Amino acid sequence: MSGTFVGMPAFPEAAREAVRNTTLRANLRHATHTIRDKRARAVAELDDWASLREAGKQIKDHTLRNLEHYLLQLEESVTAAGGTVHWAGDADEANRIVTDLVKATGESEVVKVKSMATQEIGLNEALEAEGIHAYETDLAELIVQLGKDRPSHILVPAIHRNRGEIRDIFEKEMGSWGRPAPEGLTDTPAELAEAARLHLREKFLRAKVGISGANFMVAETGTLVVVESEGNGRMCLTLPETLISVVGIEKIVPTWRDLEVFLQTLPRSSTAERMNPYTSTWTGTAREDGPSTFHLVLLDNGRTDTLADEVGRQALRCIRCSACLNVCPVYERAGGHAYGSVYPGPIGAILSPQLRGTQSEIDASLPYASSLCGACYEVCPVAIDIPEVLVHLRERVVQGGEVTRHGTKVTLRPAKGHAAERAAMRAAGWAFGRPAALRTGQRLASGTRRIHPRTLPGPGRAWSATRDLPKVPAEPFRDWWRRTNGGQTEKGGKK
Amino acid sequence: MSSRDQILGRVRRALADVPEDKKNHAYDRAVPRDYLREHGDRSTEQTTGLLAENLADYRAHVHRCTAEELPALLARLLAARGARTVLAPPGLPPHWLKAADTNRIADRAASTPHELDEVDSVVTGCAVAVAETGTIVLDGGPDQGRRRITLVPDHHICVVRVPDQVVSSVPQALERLDPARPLTWISGPSATSDIELDRVEGVHGPRTLEVVLVSGV
Ligand code: SF4
Repeated sequence: MSGTFVGMPAFPEAAREAVRNTTLRANLRHATHTIRDKRARAVAELDDWASLREAGKQIKDHTLRNLEHYLLQLEESVTAAGGTVHWAGDADEANRIVTDLVKATGESEVVKVKSMATQEIGLNEALEAEGIHAYETDLAELIVQLGKDRPSHILVPAIHRNRGEIRDIFEKEMGSWGRPAPEGLTDTPAELAEAARLHLREKFLRAKVGISGANFMVAETGTLVVVESEGNGRMCLTLPETLISVVGIEKIVPTWRDLEVFLQTLPRSSTAERMNPYTSTWTGTAREDGPSTFHLVLLDNGRTDTLADEVGRQALRCIRCSACLNVCPVYERAGGHAYGSVYPGPIGAILSPQLRGTQSEIDASLPYASSLCGACYEVCPVAIDIPEVLVHLRERVVQGGEVTRHGTKVTLRPAKGHAAERAAMRAAGWAFGRPAALRTGQRLASGTRRIHPRTLPGPGRAWSATRDLPKVPAEPFRDWWRRTNGGQTEKGGKK
Repeated sequence: MSSRDQILGRVRRALADVPEDKKNHAYDRAVPRDYLREHGDRSTEQTTGLLAENLADYRAHVHRCTAEELPALLARLLAARGARTVLAPPGLPPHWLKAADTNRIADRAASTPHELDEVDSVVTGCAVAVAETGTIVLDGGPDQGRRRITLVPDHHICVVRVPDQVVSSVPQALERLDPARPLTWISGPSATSDIELDRVEGVHGPRTLEVVLVSGV
């Protein structure tokens, strides 16, 4: 079931397994390449893209630097608009708050619109444990939920399933959750979508409680924004009597005007559209339109710890567009599940270890799930320098150092001889033992790269000593790798 | 200590490295706004043309007419759909539907979602339309009604008064809109690409979206 990744193998093992699964690989390859090319065209339509990207970055950085101020302002404006604000320090607290709110309504089922924050905290499982059934209403999430599976992509969570598999899941499972799949269901996408429409409609029409996340929260006005495609978001946000939104504290923007940047960059970066089919905004409660009760649960769950890291905090700028997944050669091969978290791909590799710490083997190995080729940075609409953070986190794993955990500064010991390092070494071996995985990445115009590591820290040092890594900024690593046949023909380089 | 105080305290400590002057330097100066207010240079007529083009690109059916032609056009669209019942918000000009041979249903707060599910079509106005993105925005105004009425029925006809309600860009649209009102931005009918990235129109929202660009209102 989604959200639970306990007992996940570390990235290298999970990735090795995924690479062997040819269906998964073919689906992923097709999907990521299709979106990636479409995205490039959608972005090229706007000749001020670089300025929009810079503005997006600065808005987020400014907000993070003044987060206390904006959180308080948001609380005030949401409250003034008729909403109730709750604060949750961690996943357990958030789950408890939501469970209590649902129980207070007397309902035993809720409809949900896809939200990474609620997946992160494992809300569905927490509700289920209290006898409350949460229905996922995104088509992809429905596929994942019915298939007792885990999402593998931020935007198209069922990207690892093909149409035949989806048809089988619908036929087998829909009946035990509600309206069964129509007789003689074929595997054409239109028919499958129709089956989902019918199955979910009865749930929407009778739902009394809706649960959502939000893409943005406007401090100045108390407005929340949900960007979506299918209309299930609109259903969850407007039909129920009670709406509960669980949102990470980093989702704030200061003003209404700031949306003019993100409503341009987000759709083009994520679904590669000029605009996604539906965007809903709401401010507290409205008279006789939509839910009469609105609760906002502000979630920390490791975000303030991430904020304390001077290099790593830029990960909090992320608007979850998933562009970085679609260009990542490692993601394309390994698939989303290998990352062992609801946040897959390059963003997951820097976010999960920061939100959760690097104690577990999977989290310690995540910063190594990358070739540092920089394609993720190039496409990121808020210019997160993912390679820089990866190198920083590798250093943290291997050399130890000061980090903040649950609000307290602790000193991590170096991982020498530790399971984490072994995991890290294996991950590195995995990525670098597959030059083809790196070569398949699309060559993007080289932007300004800010990192110029002379040597890679930790296990990376072994490579950088002989493989001439200082050339990374001048020549993308991937190109260097191809040119030198993985470093073997580089002058002075040794295998 | 409450979780609120704890989180705010953690935020404060997490930012201890940020110098005060960096922190509070005015929002206006912190963000460079050198991006464009609109893309390209178009006449009013060209902007409306771009709106029509982008709406159609996202599979909305686009129609153009004059104010006099509107009632006949709406009647024709409803008849072609075979609509027997049409929902209209209270502020929709009554003459818009005077030629339609359908049973007109009022937007009532008490209507349940199940009742709305029985309605064939809904006709509304809009608050603003964005040419560059092919988007119409509803703000719950008197000719648009509650959000649910444009969501549950399967057929939505949205009337845009051109050129007054048309802007070029997203920044221009936001300037016109009131964040205190619940807004719905619609760009084509609902869609999903969740199955092997094949775009399928119509999952939960109205599967058919018709946009009428009416001039001379
Ligand atoms: S890191 Fe950047 S590219 Fe990746 S999901 Fe977040 S915003 Fe998008």
